[in-house]
Amino acid sequence: MPESITISVTVNSRRYERAVEPRTLLIHFLRDALGLTGSHVGCETSLCGACTVLVDGAATKACTLLAAQADGRAVTTIEGLAQDGALHPVQEQLWHHHGVQCGYCTSGMVLAAVALLEREPSPTDAQIRAGLKGNLCRCTGYANIVDAVHAAAAALAAR
Amino acid sequence: MYPAPFSYVRVASVAEALAALAEHPDGRFLAGGHSLLPALKLRLAEPAVLIDIGRVAELQGITQVGSTLRIGSLATHDQVASSDTVCAGARLLAEACAKVGDAAVRNWGTLGGNLAHADPASDPPPALVAAGARLELQSSVGQRWVAADQFFSDLFLTALASDEIITAVEVPAAGARTGSAYLKHPHPASGYAVCGAAAVVTLDGAGRCESARLAIGGVGPVPVAIDLAALSGEVPEQAGVDAALADIEIADPLSDPYASADYRIRLARVLGRRAMLLAAQRAVA
Ligand SMILES: Cc1cc2nc3c(=O)[nH]c(=O)nc-3n(C[C@H](O)[C@H](O)[C@H](O)COP(=O)(O)OP(=O)(O)OC[C@H]3O[C@@H](n4cnc5c(N)ncnc54)[C@H](O)[C@@H]3O)c2cc1C
Ligand code: FES
Ligand code: FES
Repeated sequence: MPESITISVTVNSRRYERAVEPRTLLIHFLRDALGLTGSHVGCETSLCGACTVLVDGAATKACTLLAAQADGRAVTTIEGLAQDGALHPVQEQLWHHHGVQCGYCTSGMVLAAVALLEREPSPTDAQIRAGLKGNLCRCTGYANIVDAVHAAAAALAAR
Repeated sequence: MYPAPFSYVRVASVAEALAALAEHPDGRFLAGGHSLLPALKLRLAEPAVLIDIGRVAELQGITQVGSTLRIGSLATHDQVASSDTVCAGARLLAEACAKVGDAAVRNWGTLGGNLAHADPASDPPPALVAAGARLELQSSVGQRWVAADQFFSDLFLTALASDEIITAVEVPAAGARTGSAYLKHPHPASGYAVCGAAAVVTLDGAGRCESARLAIGGVGPVPVAIDLAALSGEVPEQAGVDAALADIEIADPLSDPYASADYRIRLARVLGRRAMLLAAQRAVA
């Protein structure tokens, strides 16, 4: 029997207690143990950002963190962003600006953009590109994503 | 990609960390995990035990006492880069940490982990060498301090003993008429430094170089301090700095299909000059 440890992680405001093998990565904990498959696995080598979630509000590549490192912390995944059936402004604006094609990068891109706007409510193009540098998109060419983040910043400011 | 199985121990103090290491000599500290986990996934390392020091409060925080900045080893790259204390006292280090990886990496990767890992393509090491920083190391028998330019011994090898932990980094805060800068040529795919140049320049009242220190990362197996004695008493300008850097030597330069040894040394000269001139400009401002 492989060794297991018990961790307690609050994901999208709901607390989960699970026994995991110490080597379990946060992304596999979210996808396989909790069934939250909105966070994707692209490279699994810390490079693509498809697995990006928020841990205590900070953008985090969930393939590069042990689930044990998230023990006692609060995680936000793409499943937790919409409120009462209304998409988050970043999601809404990616849709309007056609910042989504195949969608593989999208959940990670959204969480990275949410963290970026939390820190920099009215970012420049350069700040958006720098903030999303760890998130690769093979489809859109990024321009529409940058437009969407600007629009989301305006929508959030108008709230 | 799963790491090989290991046991996991979380410690709450430096004393506990050292005790856990004594109990598990084949154990490894886990700080942010952003160098260790990629290595574990590739099974380049298979430690039996991970000792998670990530929540040890006494290893956190950035303070200034007198003219010394004290940066806890668990300070993340993001915390260092966005610290007013570091931006004011050691701008080159804030710039180096701001250029590490991407936002998510900077949220988890720590200064102590970066130094212990000793990747030759890392950004903070040359900044710490140029700034004249020293590392505070602790074992169960006591503390010692190692100057940043003595800490790195070879690719991924350091002066850290197998029973020691890095507790903090101490950086002398820049004094009057002193400017500093860190410039980087990132690898287009990995983002790590193909060459990083860190400079600290102090001018006298007449704008001449009182002291100048330059360190180059990414080119040799360890960060290299460049001798700039020729510049002392000179007003720093392009021709003089270029002359001083014309025949810099870096032992055992790295070479790969993206950047040959010759190219890296050229980069060191160009980025070294730009970093020096930028630091000098900031020394006046
Ligand atoms: C996608 C990606 C891009 C990156 N790009 C860059 C870059 O551009 N420039 C750059 O400089 N770095 C880069 N890094 C590396 C980053 O800086 C790492 O976070 C850092 O090198 C390691 O810090 P950590 O806290 O994650 O250490 P860990 O991975 O937890 O540990 C690394 C090693 O240090 C040891 N260790 C950790 N803390 C201590 C301590 N206090 N005392 C003694 N030993 C200790 C561990 O046992 C381990 O051997 C990148 C990393 C990733 C994943
Ligand atoms: S899957 Fe985590 S960065 Fe690519
Ligand atoms: S939409 Fe396809 S990878 Fe970004």
